[in-house]
Amino acid sequence: MFAARTDTIAAVATAMSDSGIGIVRISGDDAIAIADRVYRNAGGKRILTDYDSHTIHYGFITDEDETVIDEVMVSVMKAPKSYTAEDTVEINCHGGVLMMRMILERVIKAGARIAEPGEFTKRAFLNGRLDLSEAEAVMDIIHAKNDFALRSSVNQLKGSVSGMIRDIREEMIHEIAFIEAALDDPEHFDLEAEGYRDILLKKVKKIMKQIRYLIDSSEDGKLLKEGIRTVIVGKPNVGKSSLMNVLLGEDRAIVTDIAGTTRDILEETVSIGGIVFHILDTAGIRYTEDVVEKIGVDKARNAVENADLVLYVADSSVPVDDNDRDIFDMIREKKTIVLLNKSDLNPVVSKEDIMSLMQSVTGRVIRTSMKNGTGLEAFIGAVKEMFFKGDISYNDEVYITNMRHKEALQNAYDSLVQVHKSIEENMPEDFYTIDLMGAYEKLGLIIGESVEDDLVNEIFSKFCMGK
Amino acid sequence: MPEIREKVDICVVGAGHAGCEAALSCARLGMETVIFTVSIDSIALMPCNPNVGGTSKGHLVREIDALGGEMGKNIDHTFIQSKMLNRSKGPAVHSLRAQADKAEYSRRMRKVLENQEHLTVKQAEVCELLTEECGNDPSKADEGMHMRRITGVKTYTGAVYECKAVILCTGTYLKARCLCGEAITYTGPNGLQPANHLSDSMRSLGIELRRFKTGTPARMDGRTLDYSKMEEQFGDEKVVPFSFSTDPKDVQIDQVSCFLTYTNEKTHEIIRANLDRSPIYAGIIEGTGPRYCPSIEDKVVKFADKERHQVFIEPEGLHTNEMYVGGMSSSLPEDVQLAMYRTVPGLENCKIVRNAYAIEYDCIDPRQLYPSLEFKNIKGLFSGGQLNGSSGYEEAAAQGLIAGINAARSVVGKEPVVLDRSQAYIGVLIDDLVTKENHEPYRMMTSRAEYRLLLRQDNADLRLRQIGYEAGLVSQEVYEATLHKKEQIEREMERLKNTVVGAAKENQDFLKAHGSAELKTGVSLAELMCRPELSYEMLEEIDKMRKPLPEDVIEQVEIEIKYEGYIARQLRQVEQYRKMERKRIPDDIDYNDVGSLRLEARQKLIAYKPVSIGQASRISGVSPADISVLLVYLEKYKNNK
Repeated sequence: MFAARTDTIAAVATAMSDSGIGIVRISGDDAIAIADRVYRNAGGKRILTDYDSHTIHYGFITDEDETVIDEVMVSVMKAPKSYTAEDTVEINCHGGVLMMRMILERVIKAGARIAEPGEFTKRAFLNGRLDLSEAEAVMDIIHAKNDFALRSSVNQLKGSVSGMIRDIREEMIHEIAFIEAALDDPEHFDLEAEGYRDILLKKVKKIMKQIRYLIDSSEDGKLLKEGIRTVIVGKPNVGKSSLMNVLLGEDRAIVTDIAGTTRDILEETVSIGGIVFHILDTAGIRYTEDVVEKIGVDKARNAVENADLVLYVADSSVPVDDNDRDIFDMIREKKTIVLLNKSDLNPVVSKEDIMSLMQSVTGRVIRTSMKNGTGLEAFIGAVKEMFFKGDISYNDEVYITNMRHKEALQNAYDSLVQVHKSIEENMPEDFYTIDLMGAYEKLGLIIGESVEDDLVNEIFSKFCMGK
Repeated sequence: MPEIREKVDICVVGAGHAGCEAALSCARLGMETVIFTVSIDSIALMPCNPNVGGTSKGHLVREIDALGGEMGKNIDHTFIQSKMLNRSKGPAVHSLRAQADKAEYSRRMRKVLENQEHLTVKQAEVCELLTEECGNDPSKADEGMHMRRITGVKTYTGAVYECKAVILCTGTYLKARCLCGEAITYTGPNGLQPANHLSDSMRSLGIELRRFKTGTPARMDGRTLDYSKMEEQFGDEKVVPFSFSTDPKDVQIDQVSCFLTYTNEKTHEIIRANLDRSPIYAGIIEGTGPRYCPSIEDKVVKFADKERHQVFIEPEGLHTNEMYVGGMSSSLPEDVQLAMYRTVPGLENCKIVRNAYAIEYDCIDPRQLYPSLEFKNIKGLFSGGQLNGSSGYEEAAAQGLIAGINAARSVVGKEPVVLDRSQAYIGVLIDDLVTKENHEPYRMMTSRAEYRLLLRQDNADLRLRQIGYEAGLVSQEVYEATLHKKEQIEREMERLKNTVVGAAKENQDFLKAHGSAELKTGVSLAELMCRPELSYEMLEEIDKMRKPLPEDVIEQVEIEIKYEGYIARQLRQVEQYRKMERKRIPDDIDYNDVGSLRLEARQKLIAYKPVSIGQASRISGVSPADISVLLVYLEKYKNNK
């Protein structure tokens, strides 16, 4: 299900980068009331509701215990004279990923919901703020943003996390099916006889603990593969895995002299000069008939598409060939650092050779030797420079995805609190499944699964029903 | 060639549970109606189990009754045992189930039909649907399909009945085939004549058919069973009637018993040893059967670790010895059947009166229908019951009633009556059928209703009487009685919420006596009622101002107050749901013009023509993003008009 139009949504309206000013935007019937809950002016009072439309105010965003989170300017725009034609509040805060996140989270806690991808634009259109001729563009935006969000939502979730959610959901649907089977066929299944209430209570408690763990993890950003998405590419056996190992400081990737050893993708999160990178080490890219290797190459292509930064490793002791040209073709338009590796061997490729190949590829070329550890300082310097110049930045979507997941987890948790309460209060069993199903549905949002006929299928496959 | 030609308003094809409700509602709404059946003796026949109601099905019967249908009254007149199931559970899942005297049930319904003004009962097989072109079908324009309008039906003997609407309620009769082991007969249920011609006529009109199957167990000669080896099962001491119009005093009758016994390892061995002779496992049956009513061979194969399965022995009526063997439907050959039944305690010497069999039949994918149950490509053609891919008498009757009401309304150009998922189980049933992918005979279940705390069997009258009244099937008098009941409930709830009791000794003693916490401050009677250990009845002691109220009023007050928190939450969800249901999608929308829809969503939307954004959102393959895109498009569309 999706929410109705009148509820209040919030999102970061500027790019999530570590520079300049950030804006958190709130829109909907309760926008001003919600902002009021998190804002106080210099005198310590909360009075946004009293201000006129289109006014801007100095003040602070505070935590629930009145601790100041940030010093801000807040603008109030009342319906219908705002972008969405709804009551809108924009919180202009100091830029910085962490700050914007904290403020957005605070706003969500105060009662707003995270906006769906493209939702501000959708509301603006549905409320008549955009020209009808823009309908197509609006639909394209919604479509593209949703596609992207969906992809990143599933892609960014750590495998262990989605596995855990899958397990929890499986356990839940089984219990729901058991109760529903008993309700549907009371002559076959007797809930009272087996002390079922206690069994369920135990399970619910356990699941609540697991979800609590996931919520806590989401606070540390442990659910997602966070950081600047960086992909290492290059032909086989040029030293990609060695680069990964150097960055990690341990022998994780398999390094051999046989071309094509890294057939799958290895991924790690590392901090280089205080900046967090999520690094993927891909299979070497070359024309191949080997099915397994081919899959690895396809995966590499995918990874490059989603990357914020590409590290292209080339072997300076081997002449440039068609495979290099293919790779350059693949990383077109991408922010790239080329590492001209194996500088300890006789170089046959010069910086200039590479530059001429790069053309539309933006970035720089650095000579390195992974074996001797030379050139690494220059590399780290280059990365830092790109980051502080704003050439590369954290991906906004990761944070938003993380918040969406957290919101879903919290909703699932709240549903389970309700189940727990129903059991403790000795309510009849049919009340439990209503909220269990709610939790099941919300957890499904995280791993991109809807409910469909799950329950009926589970009932029929696990329990022998009917006369 | 001379032929009979008649002119009526509406023709109903089939006189099973759907057909009867359909025909009665049309005639009661003043339409000249003919109901056709291949056998007058099989009107409202119960060819499978002898029950009406059951979990969630009892809800359907109550709803049919509230809307002005006949099923509830008919079973109240002809039941021989009745039970309220799930009494120890919440009120939302209480369900009535009655054992019917099958012959009496059928006979009484026939009498009602025969004496209904504007209704003619006719024994004839309808072979052809008569139609004329009326414009293009936008979704199938490229295939050259045109919209058609119904003009009449033709029977096997050549008689033509011109009419403005037709309701198809063909049950399991279309190209029916019955299987009992290697013995295959081309008959309808119970050896009745099948309808072998209508399928082709439907196909030629662009209607897609598919094949479903279902089955029924054997009937035994009751004299050959040993009931001392079974557990006797009684009806309720105090019977609750199905119909809101039945006086509860009239249903306190002497009831018959049912009996419970079990299969055992020997039974399963015989089944396993003969699986190769089962038409399903031998691959002779092509139709899809219901997972809800598996045959005994299915149960033994799919749940191999179960040591025994329940077997319910139920009387078929007061004037017959035949006993129904619930839980052991089968399509195994006659000799295997006898051997397998005889392994069951109490059935050692049983004689089979009628063999168990499986039946296959043609039905439609109901996504070809609007929620009004009218075909999307043929104006004036409606369908209900098993033809729509459902199973069960109650599911059939519910659809028949709605199809009947809407056929009658279409004749006079009125908007159809469509119940939504928050109003009735009937709404859930029809929405599921016309919206979701369904691969087996559809059975109602309480778990299918997301707002089931609101859709209780006890409040069906409060939910639906008004709709029945506005449709013209509920009398002024009955409607006003319901309004009065509503008012009494509201007034009493108000009073309980506003009556505060304090910490007087008398009150504290009362609470102590019932193991309830004593009061520190004044609380309302309603708050006290929320305590699990207290009830409305108990509170009489300290409720000085109470005036006597009817039982059904008290029941509502009690439920509404005790479960107020849960009910309020569902009401909030319903509000959200209705917003999307209210956003209508115009008939002539061209999804190819909606730029950013994903291909799968576009195809599904074109194929199933949802009537609202809400319905569209429930089609599998249509994502929330597609819905957002569609909302934007509709806004543009509305403004361009």
